[in-house]
Amino acid sequence: MSDDHVYLTLAEGHEDDARWAYGTGFEDPLHGVDTTVPQGIDAGELAALCVALADDALVSAQRLAEWITRAPELEEEVALANIGLDLLGQARLLYSRAGQADGTGRDEDAYAYFRDAADFRNVRLAEAPNGDFAFSIVRLLLLSSWRLAHFERLASHPDPVLAAIATKGVKELAYHRQYAAEWTVRLGDGTEESHRRTRKALEQVAPYLGELFTAYDVRDEVVAVLRQVTQAAGLPMPVYRPLPGSGRDGQHTEHLAPLLAELQGVARAHPEATW
Amino acid sequence: MVTTLPAARRARHVAEQVPDPELPMLTLADLGVLRDVELTEDGTVVASLTPTYSGCPAMAEMRADVAARLRAAGYARVEIRTVLDPPWTSDWITPAGRRKLTEHGIAPPGPAPHGGPVRLVLSPTRHAVTCPRCGSANTEETSRFAATSCKALWRCRACREPFEYVKEI
Repeated sequence: MSDDHVYLTLAEGHEDDARWAYGTGFEDPLHGVDTTVPQGIDAGELAALCVALADDALVSAQRLAEWITRAPELEEEVALANIGLDLLGQARLLYSRAGQADGTGRDEDAYAYFRDAADFRNVRLAEAPNGDFAFSIVRLLLLSSWRLAHFERLASHPDPVLAAIATKGVKELAYHRQYAAEWTVRLGDGTEESHRRTRKALEQVAPYLGELFTAYDVRDEVVAVLRQVTQAAGLPMPVYRPLPGSGRDGQHTEHLAPLLAELQGVARAHPEATW
Repeated sequence: MVTTLPAARRARHVAEQVPDPELPMLTLADLGVLRDVELTEDGTVVASLTPTYSGCPAMAEMRADVAARLRAAGYARVEIRTVLDPPWTSDWITPAGRRKLTEHGIAPPGPAPHGGPVRLVLSPTRHAVTCPRCGSANTEETSRFAATSCKALWRCRACREPFEYVKEI
């Protein structure tokens, strides 16, 4: 080691700002980005799209964080938390973009903490309870494949801010999908028990597939990935059985409100608090 | 209109020396996060940063650190801009940055994947990572995710030491 005291460089004082600990002092993640909405873009539609994509990410991140201290192995806990952190970062950028586009100037906290379940636009697959590890993995496989395909298209969106957020997100989502795909193969091609539970997980996600495929035209890509992974895993493809309604219209399962209660409780109890 | 007087070069030098909060053996310039430093006509230093990962919690730290260092160096007006496009890639880590990572037991990234739709590959095609301690290529991944977004966990089968590895992105 050339320098054992390298971390000491971080111990310098921060007298001139309000941060009291590392990671605090949240500010606009789009700080210093040109926020003009280009001409010819419907700002309301752009905001709605950003909110829907942010809600998918925020709700998914909350479910992934629930695995912390509960995952089967420390490495998987770290992986699921990291994936959640990437999604939380995407959500923050997208909420900020939404607040700029819709003209309300709302910040990320206004969207995350001060809207009720009916105002959320995430797909219902994101809010379903974690279930066992196999369900969480199969859900992650679907959501990351779907989001990746969609972000690849959004990378050429006429709004340069959304396009940049999507371009960045593609790189992160590729890691998420890889992780979920490898685990799906490992579980499907593993023991009798892991195969049975992963098969069950595929049955459990089936009702939510329709919602993913009606929202955006990425069905063929997602089905191709799912076919590739299930074949390698020796698992059957899920049978398509659509649920009526859509989370994109604010129609949610009974599972979203308790998730939000936990997510929003502190911010609502102390609306003036900063962190 | 932007000036390129010695004052501008000095401002750039100050900003370039700020250590990364997560990998403090690297400066923000080594990491490739610091994209530009300019001195405008009215004397404002404008420093542009590009985040490594969307959720990187160190971003606010980096902004505050660059601003604080520049103010301490006598620049009263400092503006930090976030540049999202093009997105950060591990290819931007400088040769000096890669050397410092290795010296601190962290394997530097290989070339990042480029362009086109991202295909899912299930067969093991990953390149071998060289152990930063003993130099052996007989290594294996233990977890693709580690203590920070940008790293993975590996271990060396030759010297038996675990090590971190900065992922290609």
